[in-house]
Amino acid sequence: MRVLALWYPEGDISAPTQDTMQKMGAFIQEAVKAGVLLDTGGWDPGASATVITRKQGKVTVKDGPYTEAKEVIGGFAVMRFRTQQELVEWSTRFVNIAGNGRSIVRPIADEPLAR
Amino acid sequence: MSDSPAHRAIDAVWRIEAPRVIARLARMVGDVGLAEDFAHDALVAALEQWPVSGVPDNPGAWLVAAGKRRAIDHLRRGEMLERKHEQWKAGMEDREDPASALADALDDEIGDDLLRLIFTACHPVLSVEARVALTLRLLGGLTTEEIARGFLTSAPTVQQRIVRAKRTLAAARVPFEVPRGPELAQRLASVLEVIYLIFNEGYSATAGDDWVRPALCEDALRLGRILAQLAATEPEVHGLVALMEIQASRLRARTGPGGEPILLMDQDRSRWDRTLISRGLAALDRATSLGGAMGPYTLQAAIAACHARAATAEDTEWTRISALYDALAQLAPSPVVELNRAVAYAMAFGPAEGLAIVDAVAGDQALANYHLLPSVRGDFLYKLGRFREARAEFERAASLTANARERELLLGRAARSRA
Repeated sequence: MRVLALWYPEGDISAPTQDTMQKMGAFIQEAVKAGVLLDTGGWDPGASATVITRKQGKVTVKDGPYTEAKEVIGGFAVMRFRTQQELVEWSTRFVNIAGNGRSIVRPIADEPLAR
Repeated sequence: MSDSPAHRAIDAVWRIEAPRVIARLARMVGDVGLAEDFAHDALVAALEQWPVSGVPDNPGAWLVAAGKRRAIDHLRRGEMLERKHEQWKAGMEDREDPASALADALDDEIGDDLLRLIFTACHPVLSVEARVALTLRLLGGLTTEEIARGFLTSAPTVQQRIVRAKRTLAAARVPFEVPRGPELAQRLASVLEVIYLIFNEGYSATAGDDWVRPALCEDALRLGRILAQLAATEPEVHGLVALMEIQASRLRARTGPGGEPILLMDQDRSRWDRTLISRGLAALDRATSLGGAMGPYTLQAAIAACHARAATAEDTEWTRISALYDALAQLAPSPVVELNRAVAYAMAFGPAEGLAIVDAVAGDQALANYHLLPSVRGDFLYKLGRFREARAEFERAASLTANARERELLLGRAARSRA
């Protein structure tokens, strides 16, 4: 199954330590080498998000919304897993390095790739 | 393995770690079969201990350490041949404390062990079926049942193939190493062949009711991506990965709602997987930027890339594809390549040009029972307005394919072949 994972850190958000960066780099490399990680990236902290909303037929465009600094920190990953268990195992390894927060992993439909 | 959540979690860890654990142990004991046995003993130990103690921080290192302990027990009980002793001692001494050593070990070293494992599993001393089964088992982390399902055979058959393969490797004293020098090219070709064969069995299932078995494609892609990291300087490795990524990008578009096949030119290109296409094109860039003449996989990837880059079927650069097929026919001549070259020529220069190429290979014994020959010939005849001949060819193609879905498609074309 192909999935999109979104990472939402929680709690104390300070810049990641050198150690965390190094571990995360090694983890990403490992996932690429294992052939499960197809694409990944972190949000650009210097840029704001753009929210396009349609309400009762009317479209509005807004910058943001950043209510808290932590929303600048997250990122995404596109991955492929054979099983739900494999998804859980890799995601657990990820959060154990990234720290407190939520990784929301959504399988993408229209994929005939389940075993 | 039991179905409790803890055991399922361990199963997931095992599948991720198994190839590296087996590779590590194989370098210590110099025998892939024994290494897998010891790795399996380590898994049994994990199944006993982890539900209580929790999964350790570095499960791979834990499994290697447990496997090594089992190997040492084995050694002490004198269960193996004398000649193995010295080799083992040498293998074990270079890593006094495997748990901490593995944690500190350079990534390269683990990679080297994995690469050794790939070359050993794909050793030409083994039959192609054995290479495929052993590679999926040792490097893909697949169970015997999963391999059997992929290749529509029975689990005992696969099991026997694996057991025999391990025995053959031991009997032939195949060294656990990456080949060097002139041997490398030939051995690498065998590795690439095995991976592509797995991919193709998934991509165009040769038998059974399904047109594709995508899980096998995914397994082959993973193996290819791993190999691309381990043997990054080999252009053909990237060529093969590029070819597989681009072909896999069309998996969703190749099957209609009823499971029926949809041919390349008729596919809804918006359903092609853009992530896989860009990965494939990047891999193709790596293959070509490493320099040298394009090898057969890189050429095929370049052909696949022409399709991937075309926004619509009409935009396809058929003259470029024809030229690439000319190069492929020079490099790796085969009747099947000629058949594809004929299709490209027909698209670039008209069906009569294609028919001329097909007719030149039509008598080839290798194609005598190959359903794509009459299928392609039928297509050209149809386009030339020779409907009666076309119909006969489509019917012949339908009688030759073992794939139920494909047969339906061909009979449909036969029925439509009327003046």
